[in-house]
Amino acid sequence: MALTGLFLCFFLVIHLLGNLQLLLPADRAAESFNYYSNLLSGNIFIRMISYVLYFSLIAHAVDALVITLKNKQTAAKYAYDNRKQASKWYSRNMGILGTILLIFLVIHFKDFWYVYKFGTVPFDKNGNKDLYVVVVHAFKSWWYVLLYVLSMFALGFHLLHGFKSAVRTLGLYHPGYAALVQIFGTVYSYAVTIGFAVIPVYVHLTQFGLWN
Amino acid sequence: MKIHLKIWRQKDAKAKGKLVDYMLDQVDHHMSFLEMMDTLNEQLILKGEMPVEFDHDCREGICGTCGMMINGQAHGPVPGLTACQLHMREFEDGATIYVEPFRATAFPVKRDLKVDRSAFDRIIQAGGFITANTGQPAEANTLLITHKTAESAFDSAACIGCGACVATCKNSSAALFTSAKISHLAKIPQGEKEAAKRVLKMVSRMDEEGFGHCSNTEACEVECPQGISVLNIARMNWEYTKANLLKD
Repeated sequence: MALTGLFLCFFLVIHLLGNLQLLLPADRAAESFNYYSNLLSGNIFIRMISYVLYFSLIAHAVDALVITLKNKQTAAKYAYDNRKQASKWYSRNMGILGTILLIFLVIHFKDFWYVYKFGTVPFDKNGNKDLYVVVVHAFKSWWYVLLYVLSMFALGFHLLHGFKSAVRTLGLYHPGYAALVQIFGTVYSYAVTIGFAVIPVYVHLTQFGLWN
Repeated sequence: MKIHLKIWRQKDAKAKGKLVDYMLDQVDHHMSFLEMMDTLNEQLILKGEMPVEFDHDCREGICGTCGMMINGQAHGPVPGLTACQLHMREFEDGATIYVEPFRATAFPVKRDLKVDRSAFDRIIQAGGFITANTGQPAEANTLLITHKTAESAFDSAACIGCGACVATCKNSSAALFTSAKISHLAKIPQGEKEAAKRVLKMVSRMDEEGFGHCSNTEACEVECPQGISVLNIARMNWEYTKANLLKD
């Protein structure tokens, strides 16, 4: 759970850095983003990492399901339950947040990953597959942007608990470093959430001439 | 002050319990919660009814025997207290108070508010000790321990084993209790030698007893009357991984 989770955390940073190219002015964004996508899909090293990624996603979900089912068996029920004041709601609902993310990932893979790998994508003037056009087209509809932003909030809360929890599971018990990692985890979660959430909104608004 | 109690009554381990209403109208706000329960029991005995059974011993907050869910919180609403140290002044006149036993699969209810917490004893028996020769106590200065280390070990040893961590955990995990015992002994030289064996045995015993997995919600630390830190759980995880990797 912790190892796969932290690998996914690391992947999110790489993914976000790539996506940030979408914030460039439209023509430069298209060229740079398409070049980057082509570079990644052609690299054998990246391909190997991508298999680790698929494995991590599946293992993380399966592991979570097994642990949740076990914990459901031992969970106690009280007639009057006020236990929730002792912990954060997102710490207690990682399964629900994870399920939202899983549904999001199915949509995300279907619309971008599948289209890029197996669909028909036009080529740009440099001969790279024009993924930028696919992205821009997808973020034309406001409800699709809203779906993305809401999913990123789910991601944010999932990370807010997940990162710290993973480090705890791996056994960082030094009080000083543990406190530092807590702060890092919070900053990381905010940065990743805001970063990913801003991009669809920006791309959407750009199309209506609010920028450029 | 007047108090309306809704107390879990259960005849024995197999019976299906239910909440029963009781009214107390002469509760002194200086009374401890358990003294209030004693008053109720006196009245029940005079009426020829069975008193409400609950665990208690020292009533000084240091033995860990008492423990009940008061208004849905382990040991009641005040942080850092056991039920015996909770006073009636914390409640409003005319308040309704729900009292239920600590619940977990590994803590079966024996009767009313009394639960069987011997699962904790069995975790300790699995390895929560130091193998030492009996006889004369050893010379205290043979093993030098810094003040900081001793204090840190004592912070972990402060766990009184009341079970509030399990009762408050959404997964009924005993990670805080077990880790406090493991860390306490792992931090001092006397316990270091058997640290690997200890953590493996205690963790496997904990799992066998039917406690859930820790998902790091940290509710246990909040409800712990001794304020045992969740960093003990990190220490346990570290010791467990280390012991597994370096196992012969």
